[in-house]
Amino acid sequence: MTARLALRGVRKRFGATVALDDAHCEIRAGTVHALLGENGAGKTTLMRIAFGIITPESGVIEVDGAPVRFRSSADAIAQGIGMVHQHFMLVPAMTVAENVALGGRGRFDRAAAEERTRSIGRETGLLLDPGAKAGELGVGAQQRLEIVKALAHDARILILDEPTAVLSPGETTELYSWLRRFAAQGGTVVLITHRLEEALEIADDVTILRAGRTVLESAAPGLDSHTVIAALTGDPASSSDLAVAPQERPTAPTDSAMHASPAGGDAVFSLEGVGYVDAAGVRRLSDVNLWVAPGEILGVIGVEGAGQRELLRILAGRLQPTSGTVKRPAQVGFVPEDRSRDALIPSMSLVENFALAGASSRRGLMDWSRLDAETNQVINELDVRTSSADARVATLSGGNQQKLVVGRERAVARAALVAENPTRGLDIRASERVRREISARRGTPAPAVIYHSSDLDEVLAVATRVVACFAGRVTAVVPPATEGDRTPYAKALMGVE
Amino acid sequence: MDLVLMPFLEAMVRTATPLAFAALGELVAERSGVINIGLEGAIIAGCLGALVASGADSAGVGFAGAAAAGMFMTAIFAFFVVTLRTDQIITGTALTLLGLGATGTIHRLLHETGATRGLPTMASIPVPWLSEIPVIGPALFDQKLPTYALYAFVPLLAWWMQRTHAGLALRATGENPEAARAAGIATQRVRWSAILFSGLMGGLCGGTLVLAQVGSFNEGMSAGRGFIAISIVVLGRWTALGTAGAALVFGAAFALQYTFQALAWPVPYQAFLAFPYILTLVLLASLRGRAAAPAALGA
Amino acid sequence: MEALIALWDGAFGSAYAFWSATLVRATPLLLVGLAVALAFRAGVLNIGAEGQLLAGATAATAVALAAASLPRPLVIGAMIIAGVVAGALWAGIAAVLRRRFGVMEVISTIMLNFVALNLVSWVIRGPLQEPLRIYPQSATISASGRWPLLIEGQRLHLGFILAVACAAAAWWVLARTATGFRVRAVGAGTSAAASAGGIDTERTIMGVFLASGALAGLAGASEVGGITWALYEGISPGYGYTAIAVALLARLDARWVAASALFFGALEAGAASMQRRAGVPSVVVQVIVALVVLSVLALARWRAVAAERALVVRAEGL
Repeated sequence: MTARLALRGVRKRFGATVALDDAHCEIRAGTVHALLGENGAGKTTLMRIAFGIITPESGVIEVDGAPVRFRSSADAIAQGIGMVHQHFMLVPAMTVAENVALGGRGRFDRAAAEERTRSIGRETGLLLDPGAKAGELGVGAQQRLEIVKALAHDARILILDEPTAVLSPGETTELYSWLRRFAAQGGTVVLITHRLEEALEIADDVTILRAGRTVLESAAPGLDSHTVIAALTGDPASSSDLAVAPQERPTAPTDSAMHASPAGGDAVFSLEGVGYVDAAGVRRLSDVNLWVAPGEILGVIGVEGAGQRELLRILAGRLQPTSGTVKRPAQVGFVPEDRSRDALIPSMSLVENFALAGASSRRGLMDWSRLDAETNQVINELDVRTSSADARVATLSGGNQQKLVVGRERAVARAALVAENPTRGLDIRASERVRREISARRGTPAPAVIYHSSDLDEVLAVATRVVACFAGRVTAVVPPATEGDRTPYAKALMGVE
Repeated sequence: MDLVLMPFLEAMVRTATPLAFAALGELVAERSGVINIGLEGAIIAGCLGALVASGADSAGVGFAGAAAAGMFMTAIFAFFVVTLRTDQIITGTALTLLGLGATGTIHRLLHETGATRGLPTMASIPVPWLSEIPVIGPALFDQKLPTYALYAFVPLLAWWMQRTHAGLALRATGENPEAARAAGIATQRVRWSAILFSGLMGGLCGGTLVLAQVGSFNEGMSAGRGFIAISIVVLGRWTALGTAGAALVFGAAFALQYTFQALAWPVPYQAFLAFPYILTLVLLASLRGRAAAPAALGA
Repeated sequence: MEALIALWDGAFGSAYAFWSATLVRATPLLLVGLAVALAFRAGVLNIGAEGQLLAGATAATAVALAAASLPRPLVIGAMIIAGVVAGALWAGIAAVLRRRFGVMEVISTIMLNFVALNLVSWVIRGPLQEPLRIYPQSATISASGRWPLLIEGQRLHLGFILAVACAAAAWWVLARTATGFRVRAVGAGTSAAASAGGIDTERTIMGVFLASGALAGLAGASEVGGITWALYEGISPGYGYTAIAVALLARLDARWVAASALFFGALEAGAASMQRRAGVPSVVVQVIVALVVLSVLALARWRAVAAERALVVRAEGL
């Protein structure tokens, strides 16, 4: 039977990174098709190609067996493909009907547009008030609006990218049952998701990507999570260049229960019942309980949107929880993911950037000569390649910028450090150096370090204990019996018990 | 009472006319997300354009010249702000200075002095029967052509913004340009068009001043109307009808000063001149005032 | 060509030209240019320098007239303080509207300019009007309120020294103090300043806004005390707007505002001469100013685009 939508032999590079390498996917009509894979496996890239936003270097796209070329998403829309992105593209001040009608030509018949919205609502069960302002809708309703927008352009193949990331459990159930009805009526759904259990429950077929390649294509019923996890993780990556020198790593505690009282002395971090609801009303963290002892390197893993972003910032004191209590040192160093926006001021010099830490509490005159000396100390210790301490930070490479940030944060906050994807965008040598510096044990008591990376291997190489974020909850991960078995971590990322 | 009220109403509508032209132009620009602080430059360019073009002895040609001059000024603004993506405020200020300076220079080179001898202004055209309605008749319906043009244009603009896809595209560009682009709207083109339209309207404002009201060109005769237009748009809460109404409020404020002199009331007339601005500030401070602004304005 | 010579002569050709025309005109431009540069640098679009200047001028005039019988140093000191406070308060209205109500300062400061104009218009026809009650202007300030001249026979006055001192002080505060560093950080990288530096960005911005208004107010007091010796309409020929050009040419850097103000002062001083002697309309100066601003903007964008491209090239490892 011809596939409704087929992609074969797709290759796509972004600069030096290979995003997709011989990826393929066959989606049958009238099915819900789950597209799974770890961070960076290429799922979103593949579907963006299917929607015409990106063009591949090579590969074939077929709709109902006929090869097609998409020069833009307009071509894909013409073929009946619609995509609902992870971050909504709505005009908040305009009504639902106006958002649906956006992009048309000629006269705008408001009554007709509102009737169209209502009739789609009646046919599909996606009920919306056409006159309501999009900005006033709840998140679930906004997502329904995005789907209605796609359907209004006669989409029969719907691609949804992580649709349940912002939904409550009730809204998730509603969405899934709607997707099943849509498929039963002949529509086709491609679901990009990390939620393994949910995916296996609702999908008819499953495609799994790993490192840009398709590693498993199968019907969903009868597929057990163990096989899926195995396909997702594959062979353990060679971690020789990732390992921290043995003498720097302590033996991992055998008792990795979350609430273990640290042996002797107070916990550096203590979270009880911590929850966080963001400004849009979406719950990002619920009931987090966590202790971190001095000298521990706590690895935090989680897919985007699972809650670690908020967790890290609460630990670092950059964000206040909306419920629960947090105990942390007065000064916590923070190495955020977006360093050129949140950690550094690129137009200022290294010395000035070094002086940023603790800037709010300085008084009187700036002691530039002392700051200059301290900056130079960091430059020498960490081998930051720069023409001088007065050069603008923008002239530094990413790796050197990051080394400066780590050096500054450690100099100012001796008791605790939180690192968020610190090696992102760095070359291997710089990555190693940053990793080593973050996990170095200096001073008494040794600092507590919270280390998050979307690269699981990196976290495993550095951490003494690992917790996973999934859908706003934080759970301890019991290390596997065999060294190098990544199954428990992959399961935790996917929310599998 | 009639002796005071009727001249006041007439002056209110008359003063509001050029303001409304400018403000409606600014409205469209701001709805696309662009603050055109350089509108003053377009207005004064329109004044000069009307003067130069009216040598052909036709008001129509005069207005065409005014509109063209205004559009030319704002084309420079659009190039910098939309294509080069320079800062809207600084660029707009430069355009105002450029307009004032260039028109003054050109005028002197043409005429040796800062002002021209009077041009015949257009005549008022009373609308039969309507202009005889007691009290408001003469004020509304015994005016010059530009005022009547506005009566037709304002509802047309209001309809266009709400009932055409082009109007939708304009508003979407000013609220969330990313979402607009995702829906296939060419936001750069929308902004260019909106800015050029504001220049056209600013030019017509200047043309109205020269051809229908003052009858001569004086350096700097735009007198801050470009900035007033910005205030009018805010007071009018970024809608076409609201803008027209707010223009009347500002027109009333100006007209009141003559009324006060006639009546010799003890309240300083400056209070009334300042009142529309204070009102705008109060409105902006209230939640409804702020919520009305296009979300992507100035970005 | 003859026009350019006339321009130069008018600005620098004689002692009078330099001291009494160029520098005198540069004085308010320096102060207001500094006000605008500081504000813009911190991300505050203060278009209200005109109104803040008028507020300062009004307050200084009122103080000078009321305290006329006091000794001169006291009166002048009071005028300075009045100008600074009035300017800061006037800016403070917009600052509070921004902080508490989220009102865009671009719009609110423009409105306040008009309100200030009307305030002056009323004041000079009302409470502060000259004793004969004929002309719309304040009484002339008596000798106790006239600021000391710096050079015999020239019009250069104390305001010039204050202006230069403010510029130097601004530079020193920004470069050497913790407060100045915070201001610079907030302006150069708001997010990093808040996240990495823990700086209260809104409070810093509020402070800059008030300081900006204070400087503009001082400019108003300076004009009244040093040059006009009275308050009347049109006391500021658009200084608040020219200041934007002054600040921009100085690349928003306190060190260069003085040079930029000198340049614009010279332009305006030379413009009158140019018109008299060569018949070139003096308003052409505004054209020059505008072209200067546009060129600076275009150049800055060009450089920014080139820098972006360089970063992209590096990131892709090409």
